[in-house]
Amino acid sequence: MQVMDRIKEEEKATAVGMSPVARRVVFVTGGMGGIGSAICRRLALAGHTIVAGCLPGYERKEEWLGAMRKDGIKVHAAEGDVANFESCASMFHNVRSIVGNVDILVNNAGITRDSLFKRMSERDWIDVISTNLNSVFNVTRQVVDGMTERGWGRIVNISSVNAIKGQFGQTNYSAAKAGMAGFSKALAQEVVKKGVTVNTVSPGYVETDLVMAIRAEVRAQIVASIPMGRLAKPEEIAAVVAFLVSEEAGYITGANISVNGGMHMM
Amino acid sequence: MAKKVAVVTGGMGGLGESITTKMADAGYQVVVTYSPSNTKYKSWLDEMKGKGYAFAAYPVDVVSFEDCGAKCAQIQKECGNIDILVNNAGITRDMTFKKMTKNDWDAVMHTNLDSCFNMTKQVMDGMVERNWGRVINVASVNGQKGAFGQTNYSAAKAGIHGFTKALALEVAKKGVTINTISPGYIGTKMVTAIPKEILDSKILPQIPVGRLGNPEEIAGLIIYLCSEEAAFVTGANISINGGQHMY
Repeated sequence: MQVMDRIKEEEKATAVGMSPVARRVVFVTGGMGGIGSAICRRLALAGHTIVAGCLPGYERKEEWLGAMRKDGIKVHAAEGDVANFESCASMFHNVRSIVGNVDILVNNAGITRDSLFKRMSERDWIDVISTNLNSVFNVTRQVVDGMTERGWGRIVNISSVNAIKGQFGQTNYSAAKAGMAGFSKALAQEVVKKGVTVNTVSPGYVETDLVMAIRAEVRAQIVASIPMGRLAKPEEIAAVVAFLVSEEAGYITGANISVNGGMHMM
Repeated sequence: MAKKVAVVTGGMGGLGESITTKMADAGYQVVVTYSPSNTKYKSWLDEMKGKGYAFAAYPVDVVSFEDCGAKCAQIQKECGNIDILVNNAGITRDMTFKKMTKNDWDAVMHTNLDSCFNMTKQVMDGMVERNWGRVINVASVNGQKGAFGQTNYSAAKAGIHGFTKALALEVAKKGVTINTISPGYIGTKMVTAIPKEILDSKILPQIPVGRLGNPEEIAGLIIYLCSEEAAFVTGANISINGGQHMY
């Protein structure tokens, strides 16, 4: 189908409240976290098949799957360590055997090990670079050949406002998240003629458990630094991702979309 | 006044040689580090000596945190406190993502990005205590715009600037500046070895200025960033690419 035909069909479908014509297989790394859950829900509502990745033995997996089921959202779970290449290879081997080829990949898994550079250990550096940046290689490697062969694919890398502006206490995180954007732009060029787009989304502070666990007065300071005067809802991040993986967004590639309430503009 | 001590990693390479010689001309005491696998270091040092440059040189494996620690301690003992660090060492392992191996990825991440942590970590406390320091991280236009066949290199070089900005914030009140420079195509031996017809038909047309950069122009920018006049420049990413990519 030509690009315009696909867009028109999708317009028609969404106009009557139907799910999109093309149902895709989506893989979301870190899919059970705050932003990851919202992305899974949003893309499931769009009619896609969802696989949420989590660490092997993740203790809240069943609880999370139960909560999704309770809301009528059907998702699969896959266990693997995104910091480990072999673990990713075997995880995607399993995923393919259960749901088929992955068409949409959201690289969302990430950790923080915040500390001043003065006190940062080599371990703090390596852990964050491995989980947040090397993971993008480890995971994307498993799915991109299939996408180019089939002539359709979407890769969305979840970075951070702190990659764009730098953050005190986050030399490791800022480096890893900025690296993601470099990767996105290079890969976007390589697959640009194969129907595969690669983009970066850079959220600001989002109302996740992680952020809500910050002491109220510190959180108030953060909110005061955001021109919009509030945190983002995880659903607002999920909505950008949903747009980027749609047919309509087929011309957007190598872009880095800020979703930060005006916190940092460039 | 004692000369300021500047350590330049990858100081014997195409860019490195210009940086080291021009910084020496500008009055810095330049310490060169080179890869332990570099077998030509002796002839390079002799050649430099012939031109009147007596560089202290140390083999440093920038991929190894321990080796960086040991060698920086040795440098400080033998040459004095390190006031300026130019993180210039870098490698390429170009390959389309389709063909790129995990080793290609890891090698570039370690040498180009982790090295900035490994080296900067050794010198930052001293700079902060003495209330003066300059760190210049050499990235690339391809970190800014992305390059076909360089997912690893683009990721590492873009990562460098994230590191720069975060660290710049942490030490902004301590007289230490951290900046990134992003060179475009520079006329190093590596680039001038490209056949002339490819340079003329493929590379030069992308560069509005219509020529390659001179290594001396990169060195000049670094010397400016090291100066007192540049004390208000921190967390910046300065493009030096002849207009090839603007944003």
